[in-house]
Amino acid sequence: MVMTTHEEKMRTVRFRVAATPHIVVNSDICRDSGCSLRACVYVCPANLFVPLDDGGILFNYEQCFECGTCYIACNQEGAIRWSYPDGGYGVTFRES
Amino acid sequence: MNAPAASESFDVIVVGAGPAGSTAALLCARAGLQVLLLERGEYPGAKNVSGAAFYGSAILNELIPNWWEQAPVERYICRRDIAFMSPTTSVALDFHCAGEGYTTPPYNGFIVLRPRFDRWLAAQAEAAGAFLLTSTVVDDVLRDDRGRVIGVRVRREQGDIRGKVVIACDGVNSFLAKKVGLQREFHAHELSLGVKEVLGLDPALIEDRFRLSGDEGIAYEYLGAITEDVHGGAFLYTNRDSLSLGVIGQVSSLVERRKRPYELLERFKAHPAVAPLVRGGKLREYSAHLIPESGWTMQPTLYTDGMLVAGDAAGFCLAAGLYLEGMNYAMQSGLAAAETAIDACRQNRFSARALSAYRKNLKRRNVSTDFRAYRHAPAFVNSARLQNLYPEVVASGMEQLFRVDGNPKRKILPLARHLMRQYQLKPGEMLRDGYQMMRAYLW
Repeated sequence: MVMTTHEEKMRTVRFRVAATPHIVVNSDICRDSGCSLRACVYVCPANLFVPLDDGGILFNYEQCFECGTCYIACNQEGAIRWSYPDGGYGVTFRES
Repeated sequence: MNAPAASESFDVIVVGAGPAGSTAALLCARAGLQVLLLERGEYPGAKNVSGAAFYGSAILNELIPNWWEQAPVERYICRRDIAFMSPTTSVALDFHCAGEGYTTPPYNGFIVLRPRFDRWLAAQAEAAGAFLLTSTVVDDVLRDDRGRVIGVRVRREQGDIRGKVVIACDGVNSFLAKKVGLQREFHAHELSLGVKEVLGLDPALIEDRFRLSGDEGIAYEYLGAITEDVHGGAFLYTNRDSLSLGVIGQVSSLVERRKRPYELLERFKAHPAVAPLVRGGKLREYSAHLIPESGWTMQPTLYTDGMLVAGDAAGFCLAAGLYLEGMNYAMQSGLAAAETAIDACRQNRFSARALSAYRKNLKRRNVSTDFRAYRHAPAFVNSARLQNLYPEVVASGMEQLFRVDGNPKRKILPLARHLMRQYQLKPGEMLRDGYQMMRAYLW
C-alpha cells in the first residue's frame, strides 16, 4: 500500500522503550506563557504531542525518533528538556 | 568486546559510529593508535537516517579499494533528475551519464540504506583495530583542572573513560559540542526535518519503471509545490528492491505554516508526477531525522584542548540545491580529524593550538573549501520566492508554451511579460534574486 495513515507508518518502526522518559515537557511553562503557537504539536514526525484544553501539553516519549525537532521548534525556553535515551534503547531503524 | 575498565585509557575516543566517526576511527586505528568508537544505538546506523545518496565513493575507495564489492550498497547513481513542481505540472532536468567514473569504478555515487551501510563501515574500523562499543550514550566530556578535555563520561557504571583526543561525531544535535561550548543553540530556520519512507518494490519492476539496467540507479530531487508553501524539497531514490523517498521541510517554515511533515509526505506520493513512480510500493519503514542545512553559518568552533568536532556535529552538510551531500563531507572531515589526532599523538601535544592543524587538514580534504565556495547557496535555496514562486512560474510557463488551443502562439518574450504580470513579478526583485543565484553558484 502506497498511501498510509500515520498509525500505519508508526507500526513499521521498532522501538525498545526505556523505563524513564528522555524528553520531559514542562506543561506549566506552556500554560503560564500562554503558548498559542504549539509548534511541537505540528512538527513532531511521530505525532507525540497532544494539546490539552487547559493549555498544557501531553507527551508520550515511547515512540520518539530522537530527532530533536520539537526542541528546536519550541519557542518557550525550558518547556522541553531532552537528552538521548539510555544506550541501546529508543528507536532502532532497520531499513532507512 | 566487553566494556573497557574505568582505568583503561585510549589515544582517541570517537563519539558516534556514523560515516564521520567510523572513518575517523578506521584511520586512527590503522595508524596504530588505541581507538575507542562509541555508539549509542543498538548497532551503528540504528539511529541514522539519510536519503541516502552517498557521493563519497572515490574518498572511501582510497581507504578501502573496491569497497563497493563488499559493502551493502543498493545501486550506483548514473542518473539524476531535478524537477520544479507546481500542483499539476513538473519541469525536470534529466541527467544521464554512462561515462567513465559514473557507470564504472570508482562510481560517482551510490544509493545506500544507513542501518546496513553504517554497520558495515563501523565493522571496517573494528577490523582495523578500533574497539567498538555500542548501546553506550556519552553524557559529557571529562576535563582536567585547567578545563582541557581528557576523556568522556558514558552513562554506565564507572563510566569515566580517559582519552588523549576526543573526536565528537555525535550528529546534528551534538550535545557534546554544546556541552563544551563549541556550538550554540540552533534556530529553527537553520535546520530542516526530513521524513522518509522505504517502499518495497520488485527489482524487475524498478528496472522497467525507471529504465534502469542491472545495478544502475536514479536519484530524483524535487523543488516547489511538492512541499506546498513549506520551504524544502523532496527526493526519491531507487534501491535494489525498494524505493527511498521523503520530504524535507525547514523547521521554522513547518511551524509557521502549521504543516505536519508526514501529511506532506502523503501529498508528495499523490502528486501526478510521482504517483506512477511509487505505485504498488509496500511500506517497509517510516523514519525521520534533522538535517543541518545551513552549512557554513552554523559551523561550531571546530576544536578545543583535547577535542575535535566532525560530520553533522560540525554542520558539514551541503544543502545547496544542486548538491545534497552529507555523508561524503562527514567522511572527509572524519579523515581530517583523524589526521589531526594522529599527528597530535605522535607529538604528544593535545592543546587547541596543536589541534588547530584540523583547519588546514579540512582545507586539504576540500571540506572547508567547498563550504566556503557555496556559503551563499543554502539561504538562496531556502528563500521564499525560489521556494514558492519561481517553480510555479517555470511550470506555468512551460504549460503555456506547450499548450495548443487554436489561439496564436506566443513567442518567449511576450510569454515572459505575460508571466510577470500573471505572477506580479517585480523586475527589481528578480534582478536581486538573479544576483543571489549567481553569487551562490557562479563565482
